[in-house]
Amino acid sequence: MNRHSILRVVAKLMIPYILLFALYVQFHGDFGPGGGFQAGVIFAAAFILYALIFGIENGRKVMPARINRILLAGGVLLYCFVGLAGMFLGSEFLDYNVLGPTPVAGQHYGILLVELGVGLTVSSTMIAIFYVFAGQDI
Amino acid sequence: MNPADIFIDIFLLLLMAAVAIAIVRSHLMFAVVMLSGIFSLLAAVLYVHLTAVDVAFTEAAVGAGVSTLLFLATLALTHVNVEEKHKPVRAVPLVIVVATGAMLIWGTLDMPHYGDPEAPANKHVAPRYIQESPKETGLPNMVTSVLASYRGYDTLGEVVVIFTAGAGVLVILGRSRRRRRPGVDDENGDTVEEERA
Repeated sequence: MNRHSILRVVAKLMIPYILLFALYVQFHGDFGPGGGFQAGVIFAAAFILYALIFGIENGRKVMPARINRILLAGGVLLYCFVGLAGMFLGSEFLDYNVLGPTPVAGQHYGILLVELGVGLTVSSTMIAIFYVFAGQDI
Repeated sequence: MNPADIFIDIFLLLLMAAVAIAIVRSHLMFAVVMLSGIFSLLAAVLYVHLTAVDVAFTEAAVGAGVSTLLFLATLALTHVNVEEKHKPVRAVPLVIVVATGAMLIWGTLDMPHYGDPEAPANKHVAPRYIQESPKETGLPNMVTSVLASYRGYDTLGEVVVIFTAGAGVLVILGRSRRRRRPGVDDENGDTVEEERA
């Protein structure tokens, strides 16, 4: 893809803003539309765009398979640990009220962490599926 | 609802029906993938018009964006193009389909109208979420507080489903084809697998 200089320049310009927008959707989901699912997909779209323009091999250097797999499981584990933290602090599974000094603060922490777990798992799943599909040489 | 809203809804639904018919009648897989992306975008616009912006966001990002991309990647792998001539319309399947569709439409006549405050769905826990969620969670976006807090257990299940999908794809397709081929020593195959998966 060395000849597509316009695509490469535009992609280089766009990718930071796509990542920034994904982070905005992730952490602003409490206040506006969005959340972990949408942010994860947008975050993955930036990596997929990079891999489309610069090749799968370069994409794998940006997001190595090992790290991607750790994030894939890490998101679910983060979600579960937030739930278990509520149990250890003397309440029920996934009860966030006890996570902070006040119930409202606890809810805020809990929702933020849980949405982060959703975002991590969704983005690394999308990246993994695309890399595996695009990397097949049949 | 004012007439303009109804007009927009009907217009979008007609467009979606037209796209669906085009998908059924198209023989070119590439066109089918692109049309299903357009279908998702139209659905996203419809959700925005129904003021379900979170759902519209998901539909646009997942349905129109990533799904289309994954379908294209699958097409590139499979090289399948359906070459099929138009068959004559057969009577019995047509009657069955039309009858089923008519029964489904007849069934919706008993359902409460869209946005009806007296509908059972709006009487159960929805008033509590609307009245109490800003005080209990301190979040202005009710969708997030329902999704992540009140219905946190369901969302955990959804995340596990996505994780399972990703893990399944990695298990089935994540290995190198070279590794399974005879004549390649295992050590070499392992390192290849590690880099590719």
